[in-house]
Amino acid sequence: MLLDLAPAPMTYSAMPSPPNPRRQARFVKARQAPVTQDQDWAAHMIAVRDKQDKAAFAALFQHFAPRIKGFLMKSGTDAALAEECAQDVMATLWNKAQLYDPARASVATWVFTIARNRRIDIARRAKRPEPELLDWAQDDAPDQADIYEAAQETKRLTAALADLPEKQRALIQRAFYGDLSHSEIAAETGLPLGTIKSRIRLALDRLRQKMT
Amino acid sequence: MTIRHHLSDPLLIAYAAGTLPEAFSLVVATHVSMCDDCRARLGAFEAVGGAVVESSSVALSAGCLEAVLARLGTPEPVSPAKPKGQLPTPLQDYIGGDLAAVKWRRLGMGVRQAILPTSKGAIARLLYIPAGQAVPDHGHRGTELTLVLQGAFRDETDRFGTGDVEISGQELEHTPVAEAGCDCICLAATDAPLRFNALIPRLLQPLFRI
Ligand SMILES: [Zn+2]
Repeated sequence: MLLDLAPAPMTYSAMPSPPNPRRQARFVKARQAPVTQDQDWAAHMIAVRDKQDKAAFAALFQHFAPRIKGFLMKSGTDAALAEECAQDVMATLWNKAQLYDPARASVATWVFTIARNRRIDIARRAKRPEPELLDWAQDDAPDQADIYEAAQETKRLTAALADLPEKQRALIQRAFYGDLSHSEIAAETGLPLGTIKSRIRLALDRLRQKMT
Repeated sequence: MTIRHHLSDPLLIAYAAGTLPEAFSLVVATHVSMCDDCRARLGAFEAVGGAVVESSSVALSAGCLEAVLARLGTPEPVSPAKPKGQLPTPLQDYIGGDLAAVKWRRLGMGVRQAILPTSKGAIARLLYIPAGQAVPDHGHRGTELTLVLQGAFRDETDRFGTGDVEISGQELEHTPVAEAGCDCICLAATDAPLRFNALIPRLLQPLFRI
């Protein structure tokens, strides 16, 4: 349970900042005032989604494209193809920006799902069945606390991953680089999955609120 | 619909990581479409994937960004959600329609099946079991996932109602029986052929690709 080293706040009030989620909301919407580092990528992605903002896209590219390339190389793709695919993934980010919901996933998480699907494409040429899209209530402004929490979560998980002993970190990485089969994951008892339990509860509350 | 039997963590992690055989992915995607609990867990595992991407950086060649900027066009509009059918949409994609479009083949005793087109490594099929009827008892060489889409069945381990998924490994020899009152429809995926205990089904096995 080593991921528990990074304490996961169970309530929004337990978080140190921002003190006022509503103020944060205006920042994200207008993108005039400087946003906090934690919300930065979501705000950039919203600018891409709502305004086709190429400067925001370029900033996202500088951060994420090298990481997608690294992710794909670790997954066994050679450098040239990994870079080409990183470009494809970033182009998909632009093309499918309308599908991005900052309340449900951080940009890093969304990038991961697109990169993973690209990897499945090149490796197996198999289809990937995706769950039915939820008919989320069409509220114009997503809950800022949710956006904040999604970004925080990636920050927390990234820090927790860095703090893990090498052996356990390698195990998690190998699972997500696509190195471990289902039965290998099932046989592995050392996967530190403690922290995400609180995240699961938050996500579930959110789903229930949205669907009723 | 109260779901009592969910997907395991290893299945959701492997699906999040993109390493499940297609037939198993179909069962996962279909169950997640029916189950908020597993949808939330899947989202959490994908967030771990996001953290793994965050910590994997390799320098790009010069001109990489400019090449992408040059090819950006008009983003795609959101396509309207498909109307709800009897079956979840990932399954409909493989059937080519809703429940009425399934091309059933008879297996005898009123039991019917339809094999869905997935890549090698595992087989996905729909099973139709008349109310009160048993599926011939069988064991498994690998893993079998059985998701109930309609009705319910019982076997030696428990009762499985609509939305429940039974995960059985090599050790399980079971005889699923559809509950009285409603015909049972399941989506099942196996990564190795089933072993039937009776002689006749074993002879039929290559014929029907069970
Ligand atoms: Zn479930």
